[in-house]
Amino acid sequence: MSLGTDDLHTSDDRVMRRGLALMGRGIREQKLLATLSILGSILFGFMTVADAWVLGWATDHAIRPSFERGDVAAGALWATAAMFLAVALLRALGVIARRLIGGIVYYRLIATYRRLVTRKYLALPMSWHHRHPTGQLLSNANADVEAAWAVFMPLPMAIGVIAMLVAAIGAMAVADLVLTVVGLLVFPALFAINVFYQRWLSPRVTRAQALRGDLSAVAHESFDGALVVKSLGRETDETERFEAVAEELRDANIEVGRIRAIFDPLLEALPNLGVLLVVVIGVGRVASGAAAPGDVVQVAFLFTVVSFPVRAIGWVLGEIPRSVVGWGRVESVLHADGSMTYGSSTIPGAGAVRLQLDGVRYRFDGAADDVLHDLDLDVSPGSVTAIVGSTGSGKSTLTSLLVRLVDPNAGRIRFDGVDLPELSHEALASTVAVVPQATFLFDDSVRENVTLSADISDQEVWQALRTVQADGFVAALPKGLDSQLGERGTTLSGGQRQRLALARALVRQPRLLVLDDATSAVDPEVEQRILRALAEQTAGGDGPTVVVVAYRKATIALADDVVLLADGQVAARGTHAELTATSAAYRDIVDAYDQAREAQS
Amino acid sequence: MTATEYEATEPDIKGTAILRRGLAMTPAMREGLGFTLLLAALSTIGSSVVPIVVQRTIDNGLGDGRETEVADILPVLTLALILIGITAVCAYWMRVRLFIASETGLSELRVAAFRHVHDLSTLTQNAQRRGVLVSRVTSDVDQISMFLQFVGIMMVISLGQIVVATAVMAFYSWELTLVVWLCFLPLVVSLKFFASRLSRAYDTVRRTVGEMLAVIAEPVVGASVVRAHAIEERTQRRVDGGINANLDANTRAQSLVAVTFASAGVAGGLANAGVIAAGVVIGVAGGLSIGTVIAFAFLVGLIVGPVQNATQVLTEAQNAIASWRRVIDLVDTPADVIDPGDAGVRLPDGELSAAMSHVSFAYPDGPTVIADVDVTIPARQRIAVVGETGSGKTTFAKLLTRLMDPAEGTVTLGGVDISTVSFAELRRHVLMVPQEGFLFDASLRQNLEYGRRGASDAELMKAIDDVELRDWFDGLPHGLDTRVGQRGESLSAGERQLVALIRSALADPEFLVLDEATSAVDPQTELRATQALERLLNGRTSVTIAHRLTTAENADRVLVFDGGRLVQDGTHDELVAVRDGVYARLHASWVAQASLGLDQH
Repeated sequence: MSLGTDDLHTSDDRVMRRGLALMGRGIREQKLLATLSILGSILFGFMTVADAWVLGWATDHAIRPSFERGDVAAGALWATAAMFLAVALLRALGVIARRLIGGIVYYRLIATYRRLVTRKYLALPMSWHHRHPTGQLLSNANADVEAAWAVFMPLPMAIGVIAMLVAAIGAMAVADLVLTVVGLLVFPALFAINVFYQRWLSPRVTRAQALRGDLSAVAHESFDGALVVKSLGRETDETERFEAVAEELRDANIEVGRIRAIFDPLLEALPNLGVLLVVVIGVGRVASGAAAPGDVVQVAFLFTVVSFPVRAIGWVLGEIPRSVVGWGRVESVLHADGSMTYGSSTIPGAGAVRLQLDGVRYRFDGAADDVLHDLDLDVSPGSVTAIVGSTGSGKSTLTSLLVRLVDPNAGRIRFDGVDLPELSHEALASTVAVVPQATFLFDDSVRENVTLSADISDQEVWQALRTVQADGFVAALPKGLDSQLGERGTTLSGGQRQRLALARALVRQPRLLVLDDATSAVDPEVEQRILRALAEQTAGGDGPTVVVVAYRKATIALADDVVLLADGQVAARGTHAELTATSAAYRDIVDAYDQAREAQS
Repeated sequence: MTATEYEATEPDIKGTAILRRGLAMTPAMREGLGFTLLLAALSTIGSSVVPIVVQRTIDNGLGDGRETEVADILPVLTLALILIGITAVCAYWMRVRLFIASETGLSELRVAAFRHVHDLSTLTQNAQRRGVLVSRVTSDVDQISMFLQFVGIMMVISLGQIVVATAVMAFYSWELTLVVWLCFLPLVVSLKFFASRLSRAYDTVRRTVGEMLAVIAEPVVGASVVRAHAIEERTQRRVDGGINANLDANTRAQSLVAVTFASAGVAGGLANAGVIAAGVVIGVAGGLSIGTVIAFAFLVGLIVGPVQNATQVLTEAQNAIASWRRVIDLVDTPADVIDPGDAGVRLPDGELSAAMSHVSFAYPDGPTVIADVDVTIPARQRIAVVGETGSGKTTFAKLLTRLMDPAEGTVTLGGVDISTVSFAELRRHVLMVPQEGFLFDASLRQNLEYGRRGASDAELMKAIDDVELRDWFDGLPHGLDTRVGQRGESLSAGERQLVALIRSALADPEFLVLDEATSAVDPQTELRATQALERLLNGRTSVTIAHRLTTAENADRVLVFDGGRLVQDGTHDELVAVRDGVYARLHASWVAQASLGLDQH
C-alpha cells in the first residue's frame, strides 16, 4: 500500500516536471503573445490588490475625515473616484490581455500543432499508417492536440494570481503585520485546498470522460446494427446494454458532483471566515492604535477579491495530467520516423506502359511469411491482365506496390524500364492510377472529387463520367458537378461512389490503370458496360495498360491474359481457356461459383 | 439542419416551455426541485454577511477611532459565523441534491431516447442520420447536464446574489442603490446584444470545428488516395484552411468574451467611485453612516461577478436549451411502426404464408417507392425478388417484416394482418437477414446470442452443425470466445455472413427475408455460405432479394420489380422466355457477368 503511494508520488513528480517543460515549450513558441498575456495577467493581479488599497486609502483620507469634520473633503473624494476608475480601466486592460491574448496563444498553439501533426501524416509512409488505427490518428490531431495545450487556457491567470498574492501580502505587510499573519494563514490554506480539490477531482473527471466515450461507442454500434437489432427483436436487450453504461456514467458524474459539492462551498466560505478573523483582530489593533481603520477595511476587502482568482492555480494543476498525456500522444506522431523518398525521373513517351516485376518480395511488418515471394511478372503495354487468386494470395499487396503505397522488401518494379523509386512523385502519380475497392470521397464538390484540383476541363470530367456510366446520376444531382458530397452534402450509394473513384482515375489519363475489385458495388449490368468500354479503349490503342484484380468471370472474360497468384508467386499464366485446361488450382477458384450453384440445386 | 434549428430558437418564450417540458419528461429531476431551489436561495445569503459585518464594525466605533471592544461586535460576529455555516451547508446540500436529481433524470432521458430511436424507422432507412441520433443520446444530454450543474447553479446563485445584495443596499440607502444600478445599467441593457453576438460567434466556432474535422480526416482516412494521386499539397492546403478558419472563429468568440468580461469590471470601478462620492456627500449631510458607505464597496463586488459572467451564462443556456429541445423532439417523434404489445394477435403455429394486398409506400413528401403491390406467397415457397437499384425490392422486403408500415394496403402472415401482431410474437416467426452480416464488438458467443437470448453453448453448437459450418468453426482460434472486433472486422466479409447465418438459424423463424450479399467473397467461404443458406432455407418460407443469377434460377418463383411496381411474377423459365421483359434483360447481363460462355452447361 505504502509502496503504491510512493509510486504515485514519483509519477506525480514526473508528470509535474513534464507539465512544466510543456508550459515552457508553449511559452517559447508564442514568445511575444505569451509574454503579453502574462504581463496583462500580472497587471490584473496588481490592480486587484490596488482596488483594495484604494478603498483603504479612501477610508482614511476621504471618508473618515469628511464624516469627522462634517464637511465633504472634495479633493480627496475626487482623488478616490479617479483612482477607482483608473484602477478599473487598467484592470480591464489586464483582463483583455489575459483573456484575449491568452486565448489567442492557446488557439494558436493548437492550430500550429494540428498543422504539424497533419503534415507528418502526409509525410509518413503508408506502412506507418497501416500500423495505426484511423480513430487514433484522428484523435491525435484533434482531441489530443487540444488536451496537450489545455493547460494554457488558465495558465496566464494562474501566473497573474501568483503575482496578485505576492502583492497582496506586500500590501498587508505595509498596512499591518499582525493582519498579514492572518493573510499568511488563509491564502496558503486556499491554495492547499484548491490543490487537494483538483487532485481528488481530476481522476474522477477523467473516468467520467472515458465513460462518455464508452457510452457513445455503444450507441454508435447499436444504431449501426439497427437492422439486426430490430429484425431479431433485441431492442430491449440493447437498451439494457446502453442503460448499464449510462448508469455507470450517472454514478461517476454524481461522484464528481459530491466532491464539487464539498469543495465549492468550502472555497466560498473560507475567505468570508478570513474577513471575520480580520475584523476581530483588526478591532483590537485599531483600539491599540497599531493600525488605522482603513488598513482593516483594505485587508478585509482583499480577502473578498482574491479568493476567486486563486482557483486558477487549481485549474492549471488539474489540467497538467491531461495535458501531459495529450502531449505524449502528439509527440509520438511528431517523432515518428520515415518518409517516402521519390526520385526525379519521368517516363519518356506517351501511351500505355510496360510493367515489369522482377524477384519482388514483400512481407508485412511482424509477419512470419512473405506475402509475395520472388514474384516475376511482365505485362505488355496496352494489354488487359486479370489477377486471380484466393484470399491472402497477395493480390491487393501487388496493387499497393504499383503506386508505391508500400515498397517491396526486395526486387524491382519498372514502368517502361524505369525503376519506380527513380520516378518523381508527380511522374508516378500521373503514370499509374489505382482504384481500390473501398472508395474515399472528399468533403467537396463532385467536380473537385474527380479533378482533385488538377487543371481539367468540365468537358473532360463529363467524358470520364460517361465512360463510367456516372453522367446520369451526376446530372440528376441538384447542382450537377457543383453538388457537395460528404457529411453535409449529397449521399451516394456504394456503386455511385465507386464510379466516381473510377472517373477520378480515368480523367487523369493514366498509362497504367489498376483496378482492385473496384466495381464490386456497381450493378452487374452497369459494371459490364464500364469494363467493356475500358477494354475497348485499351484495345483501340489509346487506353492504358490495365491490371484488374478479378473475382468474377465476367471480368476475366475481358482480359487478354490471366495471372493466377498462389503462395506469393505466379502459379500459372495464360488465357482463360489455357488456364482452365492446364491448372487445377485455377479451375478450383474460377469454378467455385459453379460449385456453389451445384450445391444449391 | 442545426443551423435552421438555431434560427428557430426563440429563447425567451420557448426556452421556458422547453424547460417545463423537459422537467415533465423526467420525474427524477422534478422531484424535490422546490426544496433544492429553496436551498439555493438560502445559500446566497452568506455572500452579503461580510458587507453587513463591515458596516456594523465600523459604525460600532472602528470608523471614528473610538475605543471598540470585540465584545461590542460579538453578537454580529456570532450571527455572521452561523450564517456562513448555514450557507455552506445549504450550498453543499443543494449541490448534492441537484447532481443526483439531474444525473438520475438525464440518465433516464438518455435511455428513453435511446429506446425510442430503435423504434424509429429512420434508423434503418437513413444511415446518414445515425451519427446525429448518436449525438442526441450522448453530447446533447451531456450539454444539458453541464448546463444544469455548472451554468444552472451559477445562474441561480448569481441571481440570488444580485437580489440579496440589492435588497441589503436598498435597506441601507435607496439613493446609493440607484447610483450602483445606474453604473451597471448600460451593461445589463446590452447583455442581450452581446449574448446574441456571442451565440452567433460560438455557432461559427462549431461549424468550423465540423469542417475542420472533415478535412483533417482526409490525410488519415484518405491516406492512400492522397499518396496515389500525389495531392499532398492540395490536401495540406485544405487542412490548413480548415484549421485557420477554426482559429479565426475561436479568436473572434474569445474577443467578445474578453470585452464583456472587462467592461463589467469597468462598471464595477465606476460604481465604487460613484458610491463613495455620493455616499460621502449624502452621509455628511446626515443621511448615512460611515460604515454603510464602506459596506457599499463590498456590496458592489457582489454584483460585478454575476454581471461579468452573464453573457456567457446566457449563451450557454441558449445552447443547452437547444440541445434539450432536440432530445425532447426526438422522444416526441411518434414511432411510425407501432407495437400493439400485449393486445396483439398471435400468429398461427407452424409454417407461414404471406400476402400483400394493394400495398403502396411513399416517404413523407417523397416519391412513391412501392405502388399497389398485390401478391400471395404460399407457405414453404422460396421466392427470389429481382430488380434494379431503386426498383422497390428492398422496401418490399422491409414491408413484409414490418420494419416499415405501408401507406396503403395490408400485409398478412398466415392470414393475420401483421400490424395487429405484437413485435415479440412477430420477431419469433419472421426474420430479416440484412445484406452485410453486421456483428457487434464482442465474442462470437455474444454475437450468436443475438439470435436466441440466453442460448446454451450446446444450442449454439447445434445451430453451427445445423448449417454445416462445424469445419469453419473448428478453424477459429478461440472457438465461441473468439472476439470479432469492431463491426466484426477481425473476420472477413464472408465469415461475417456465416456468423449472420448461424445467428439466423438460432432465431429459428418460420419466415425468412434475406437481402443477398453483393460483396465479393473468397470462393471457399462463398461455398460454405451457400451451403449454410441452403440448410437454413430448408423447410421455411423465404423471400430473397437476389443479386445473383443462381439464386433466381433456383427459386420456386421470381418476383420482378421495376419502378416500384411488381411487373413480373413467375418461375425463372417462364420469365426468361418473355422476350423484352425486365427479367430477360437482367438475366442476360447476369449471364454475361457470371460466365464466359464457353463453360456454360
